[in-house]
Amino acid sequence: MSAHTQPVTFTQPEPPIAPEKEIVESPFRDFVRAFLRHRSAVIGSVIVLSFLLIALLAPFITSYEYTARSQALLQAPSVEHWFGTDEMGRDIFTRVIYGTRISLWVGLFAISGSIMVGSLLGLVAGFYGGWRDTIISRFFDILLAFPSILLAIAIVAMLGRSLSNALLAIAIINIPTFGRLMRSKVLSVKSEDYILAARAMGMKNRRILFHHILPNCWTPIMVQGTLGFATAVIEAAALGFLGLGAQPPEPEWGTMLADARQYIQLAPWTMIFPGVAVALTVLGFNLLGDGLRDIFDPRMKQ
Amino acid sequence: MLLQVHNLRKTFPIRGGLFGKRTGEITAVDEVSFFVKKGETLGLVGESGCGKSTTGRAILRLHEPTSGEITFEGRSLLALGEEEMRKARRDLQMIFQDPFASLNPRQKVFDILEEPLIVHGMGNGPERKEQVQELLHLVGLNQSHAMRYPHQFSGGQRQRIGIARALSTKPKLIVADEPVSALDVSIQSQVLNLMADLQEKFELTYLFIAHDLSVVKHISDRVGVMYLGRLVELADRDDLYEKPLHPYTQALLSAVPVPDPDFQKQRIILSGDVPSPANLPKGCAFHPRCPLVMDICKEVRPEFTDQGGGHFSACHL
Repeated sequence: MSAHTQPVTFTQPEPPIAPEKEIVESPFRDFVRAFLRHRSAVIGSVIVLSFLLIALLAPFITSYEYTARSQALLQAPSVEHWFGTDEMGRDIFTRVIYGTRISLWVGLFAISGSIMVGSLLGLVAGFYGGWRDTIISRFFDILLAFPSILLAIAIVAMLGRSLSNALLAIAIINIPTFGRLMRSKVLSVKSEDYILAARAMGMKNRRILFHHILPNCWTPIMVQGTLGFATAVIEAAALGFLGLGAQPPEPEWGTMLADARQYIQLAPWTMIFPGVAVALTVLGFNLLGDGLRDIFDPRMKQ
Repeated sequence: MLLQVHNLRKTFPIRGGLFGKRTGEITAVDEVSFFVKKGETLGLVGESGCGKSTTGRAILRLHEPTSGEITFEGRSLLALGEEEMRKARRDLQMIFQDPFASLNPRQKVFDILEEPLIVHGMGNGPERKEQVQELLHLVGLNQSHAMRYPHQFSGGQRQRIGIARALSTKPKLIVADEPVSALDVSIQSQVLNLMADLQEKFELTYLFIAHDLSVVKHISDRVGVMYLGRLVELADRDDLYEKPLHPYTQALLSAVPVPDPDFQKQRIILSGDVPSPANLPKGCAFHPRCPLVMDICKEVRPEFTDQGGGHFSACHL
């Protein structure tokens, strides 16, 4: 050993690796633990789950049909009609309950649709870059250049007014949100060492994309998806309110609000209950989404 | 001769302006030539930003080289198509510097180690499982670790996983890109010993990139010194440490701390900073800082030639 090098000591014995207990600290377990500790996430998920149950069990919750008319028009809430009746004598409680189905349905399908299309586009744009990125990103920019509800109205006006067209419109206007999120996440994950390692291993692009990049990109998409669900519910109600979404006699909350406009002073319950239902659903998803964001934020991890 | 690198060059474009026009380029690796013999360890040292990591990655074509030639087992790597190169990667593996960034946080250790086998179609399910267990054993981890995620390991253990992954396809050459510089000093020696053991067991060839001269001295058979993208000196380890020919190597070696308070030594202090790789000096890249600079150094780039006994140096002296 020459004079000007520091001798490296190699006397340290290998520390024995203790046989440890077989507890797999999976990210999922960590997630569940963090989730249960997070108050607003729990409250949000309780609200969301209740609405989900209401939607699923609608026929068991109420004994009325949502189209059934009675002689009692615009009746105040009573034991018989918990939320009162509307101008056609229909039970508002029943309509709000069945309306849950529509709102969640629209939210679920619109958001899953935009997540699928948006993520795929974002994935391609972020991973391959170049002309694909340019085309896809400009497409997002074009969609984002319009106020989203205006764009939705235009799409429904083009396709014809119906609930399914409203759903499609909501899906389309939400594509760029997810697409841009995915693109930016892919760009950051792409430069991680483990992606370089995957390439050095000799993996094909497709494998790198779906086995290594995608699993590390989905958390912000999930958070945004939950928050987007709330927006989709509002957008569906807005389109319904404008008469572009669900058509009567469908018990859609926005449509109910529109019908109740004239009676707001005479029979405020016709408006209050669908309104509260929209607000509560949105609140639930927002709380859940915010909670998820906190939980997934690496800076929150201890 | 396992690997031969000839005039390897890698430049990165600098883009500026509204339309991303090419406004210049950074020369990360500048006509580097060397060879690696089968079973040996070639150390590559140099300060941060001198292009040693880029050289390693360019050899594996993780950064596509701008020009030059890379011959691995008589085959030109740069001539290979995408799919051929992908298959060739089985023989050329890499160990990464940061053990926290180089493992996919969403994969269990078992999956991390099994995946290269799947990708290269090696073995069926049970065989692969057995092989993963063997790999874990080889690097000093046990079977219960297979079902864990990377975040549950310490830095040293993670680096062992990284080494196991690099070994999984039974490669011939491993490019180790500063494999111990992110580790604790006490762990460094363990990992170095492990690498040396594995080299003996599997007749591995290492291209060992580092900036720690004592680490390189310990593990390498031959050592190359890089400065500003160029290889300035390359020789057998003892030769290089005892009789450095290039003024940069001399200065670098004089900076190594010696754990002896009575030791008096002559430190060569270089003035100035490393020039920007976007604007390389004319002639010898080292001439603005060289204590022995001559007129010719400012004009003519010195050839990287054998000064006798396989001691290569690029200097006009």
